[in-house]
Amino acid sequence: MPKDDGIGASVKRREDTRFLTGNGKYTDDINLRGQTYVHFLRSDVAHGRIKGIDASAAEAMDGVLKVFTAADFASAGGIPCGWQVTDRFGNPMQEPKHPILAEGKVRHVGDPICAVVAETYAQARDAAEAIEVDIEELEPVVDMVRALEPDAPKVHDDLTSNLCYDWGFVEDNKAAVNEAFEKAAHVVSLELTNNRLVANPMEPRVAVGDYDPWGDSHTLYTTSQNPHVIRLLMGAFVLNIPEHKLRVVAPDVGGGFGSKIYHYAEEAFCTYAAKVLKRPVKWTSSRSEAFISDAHGRDHKTKIELALDADHNFIALRTETYANMGAYLSTFAPSIPTWLHGTLMAGNYKTPLIYVNVKAVFTNTVPVDAYRGAGRPEATFQIERLVDKAARELGVDPIELRRKNFIKPEEFPYQTPVAVVYDTGNYHATLDKMLELADCAGFEARRAESAARGKLRGFGIAHYIEACGIAPSNLVGQLGARAGLYESASVRVNATGSISVYTGSHSHGQGHETTFAQVVADMIGVDANSIEIHHGDTSNTPMGMGTYGSRSLAVGGSAIVKATNKVIDKAKKIAAHLLEAAPEDIELKDGKFSVAGTDKSVDWSGVTLAAYVPHNYPLEDLEPGLEETAFYDPSNFTYPSGAYGCEIELDPETGKIDILRFIAADDFGNIVNPMIVEGQVHGGLAQGIGQALLENCVYDDQGQLLSGSYMDYAMPRADDVRGFTVDHSCITPCTHNPLGVKGCGEAGAIGSPPAVVNAAIDALHRAGHTHVKHIDMPLTPSRVWAAMNG
Amino acid sequence: MYNFDFVKPSSIADAVAALAGEDAQPLSGGQTLIPSMKARLNAPGTLVSLTGIPELVGVCREGDMLVIGAATTHAQVARDAAADFPGLAALAGQIGDPAVRNRGTIGGSLANNDPSACYPAAALGTGATIVTDRREIGADDYFQGMFTTALEEGEIITAVRFPIPQASAYAKFVQPASRFALTAAFVARFESGVRVAITGASENGVFRWAEAEAALSSDFSADAIAGLACSPDEMIADLHGTAAYRAHLVGVMTRRAVAAAG
Repeated sequence: MPKDDGIGASVKRREDTRFLTGNGKYTDDINLRGQTYVHFLRSDVAHGRIKGIDASAAEAMDGVLKVFTAADFASAGGIPCGWQVTDRFGNPMQEPKHPILAEGKVRHVGDPICAVVAETYAQARDAAEAIEVDIEELEPVVDMVRALEPDAPKVHDDLTSNLCYDWGFVEDNKAAVNEAFEKAAHVVSLELTNNRLVANPMEPRVAVGDYDPWGDSHTLYTTSQNPHVIRLLMGAFVLNIPEHKLRVVAPDVGGGFGSKIYHYAEEAFCTYAAKVLKRPVKWTSSRSEAFISDAHGRDHKTKIELALDADHNFIALRTETYANMGAYLSTFAPSIPTWLHGTLMAGNYKTPLIYVNVKAVFTNTVPVDAYRGAGRPEATFQIERLVDKAARELGVDPIELRRKNFIKPEEFPYQTPVAVVYDTGNYHATLDKMLELADCAGFEARRAESAARGKLRGFGIAHYIEACGIAPSNLVGQLGARAGLYESASVRVNATGSISVYTGSHSHGQGHETTFAQVVADMIGVDANSIEIHHGDTSNTPMGMGTYGSRSLAVGGSAIVKATNKVIDKAKKIAAHLLEAAPEDIELKDGKFSVAGTDKSVDWSGVTLAAYVPHNYPLEDLEPGLEETAFYDPSNFTYPSGAYGCEIELDPETGKIDILRFIAADDFGNIVNPMIVEGQVHGGLAQGIGQALLENCVYDDQGQLLSGSYMDYAMPRADDVRGFTVDHSCITPCTHNPLGVKGCGEAGAIGSPPAVVNAAIDALHRAGHTHVKHIDMPLTPSRVWAAMNG
Repeated sequence: MYNFDFVKPSSIADAVAALAGEDAQPLSGGQTLIPSMKARLNAPGTLVSLTGIPELVGVCREGDMLVIGAATTHAQVARDAAADFPGLAALAGQIGDPAVRNRGTIGGSLANNDPSACYPAAALGTGATIVTDRREIGADDYFQGMFTTALEEGEIITAVRFPIPQASAYAKFVQPASRFALTAAFVARFESGVRVAITGASENGVFRWAEAEAALSSDFSADAIAGLACSPDEMIADLHGTAAYRAHLVGVMTRRAVAAAG
């Protein structure tokens, strides 16, 4: 029987009270005395040489304090990249400088050229229009394949080409993989695009820089998923501010989805300009600005091939992918198509030989980086679309083809041919659970009912595996990460027994303030309401790496468990003193310490009070106080997996697809709060379905963004994403973290796109449109209709 | 947004006088104008609000006509036209979202004549009369291409007079992002014949589909136009659909409108 506010309980999210009553404290709600406003003058051409900037008229305008250009940042570093990928020849990637304001050239629409700081935002914006920028337009390069042609315009003049790296994985397997293809009984191939997306968090990005001249110290309030990472990158690499003089605060930030992981130029600008002007400097992105300055996601072009033997066993897989980096390297961009993508290409299957080639390419577009799932959705989409296509070409059931090639439950831990070791999983169990919930037996009747209305019904499935709980620091260090990926926690027990927990994980929608309290409440046996979770401020939380990669509970939660265990160990020593017993005889249960086998006991608050009022206390052996810090570095990734089923109805006259049923059977390991897990899956599914059917970030051949507002960029709405059935009863606990948890934040976005597309292809094939082998996402009505009639 | 002056007259005469000023623009529901001003794409010196003039608001039956004041919101049309002209009420109820429907007005939509707007299809599809402060304009003369109308400088729409059809329906296929019409058809059956107006599809804005009108006037059924195809020439091609797709949708949506009108 779980504690009613402990691990396993669907406790309502305590943070929702402030969010749903309009009392969240968002970054844009922060306004400082004497604050000024910055407006960035951004390039409206994709590629051009800056011949001159005349800001004299702007600087003379009312309220204008200063117009900054690249020249003002001569002593600052560029925005750093946090991951160095080594190419298949052993060379480091090409890494161009990413200046705070454009130096010499503009490289994408939205590249900031000047920054105008004024007393009001309107004055800054007015003044920006008075700046004369002389730009010699250059031919832009937008298409990745074109960018690699010898005569293509170069995005960065000082690089040898637009190729960031040509990565092979596992390079030593390449010959064996090719040989397996030579001998294969069947080869199936597919060319596909993973469409570029814009994250669109609810709150656009905001930065407020503040400077205290008396202490020579800086504070940056910013919409970040990882304030400590921003402090480290910006302080050490860009502005040369030591950590003890730099505080970074990320309050409620209105969602992130990956786009708020990165260190952005606007953060460095506001921090720096506040010192120059001796006044706070605030920037709030408009939604239009977000489209051309937030890092985008996905944008891969791939050819994938699968070799099978005569018995339909997968014997080899090879891929060639072009991955768009955009104009500059965003913080983790190089790692996404490589280590977060290539290492997942085994999927849920026992494919013994795999070779992944990725060419990362610079283009005159906004930088591309992680977006919910980050590399893993791209891997899953390729594999699961190709397995489905293979089943069709071989004339076998796509479910059975998957089952035949699944890693079996007894084969864990499983060493894949792409470096990672899956600790646990049971893919057959999640598939069975999904099929049970999908009511496959009733499908034919539902299909007939649709047909009677002139509609085509289809059912598609996809299985996914992801590596999250990112990540073992020593391993990622070998792979090129320029940061550790541990997490931290401090558990401060107060004198009367209440508990303040300080975590390095940031919460921006995940519900940490609720779930982390559940974990501590469960371990100690106190009321969760006596526990407060603090995050998002480098001045009071231990150095932590933040929230992304479904890592918060698996890594941050583990740090909290470690720190809480330290607290409990010390509390038992205090209790032993109070109860005149040996520490090893002390038991903690339901918030009470007792001596085993006796009726002697002392309450939690009796011990905590003794810790801070140490009148009767073993001061010679034990320090007063009750506060512990722990850092947790995982020994492996975690490997959530699941089976997704999607039932759609397709209107053959218009090509419109409606999702009627969506079933997600996930294995997330142990669950702390089932309701929050369900919510996370719902959100992930909405974004995955958005990618599959609606969202598309499109540039024209001149590098102009065609989908630069909600008039053209289709976000999923409530009526696009009905009917989710979510199950997480299949549990194979993670074996290497103390909670046995795997992470659930990204799963929905990873597993759903191929399920949707497979369902659409299924509907078309059942209706005789067997010439349609694939449709690229998003499956808009126009594309579906064109494919049917092509 | 740039600075501007704002006036809210309470009579048509005062509004017309205010619009004679330099750089003055009328503001009705503002659902197009305000976003374009916020994006600094439009910079009126003075905004003359038309929503404080009582005689511009309301839905009123006059014989065979339904007369709607130009500053009547979509939400009010959806509610107040439902009994007399359900096809029009249903169209109004599909525009935008509740916030848009409670601000946006019929006069504003017709004056803007967005090629993907809904109301132009109803006005042209019924042969409505656009009443202004100075004259009356038949719908066939009023719509003159994308964002172009017969309105003169400073002329404001005061009302729209819709002939009430025997049967009518609007079939709208939405553009997935904006939920404007990607292609939509308004079909109206009158004693004298059938009118079909298509919005969202053409580079020339709303248009009448003459071949369908002829076929439907002799046989008002979806089957009567099953074989009819609209030419993709001069159809809009963009991210959301090719010209051929829009031409195809013209047929599909017209058939669906006919089926819905019954």
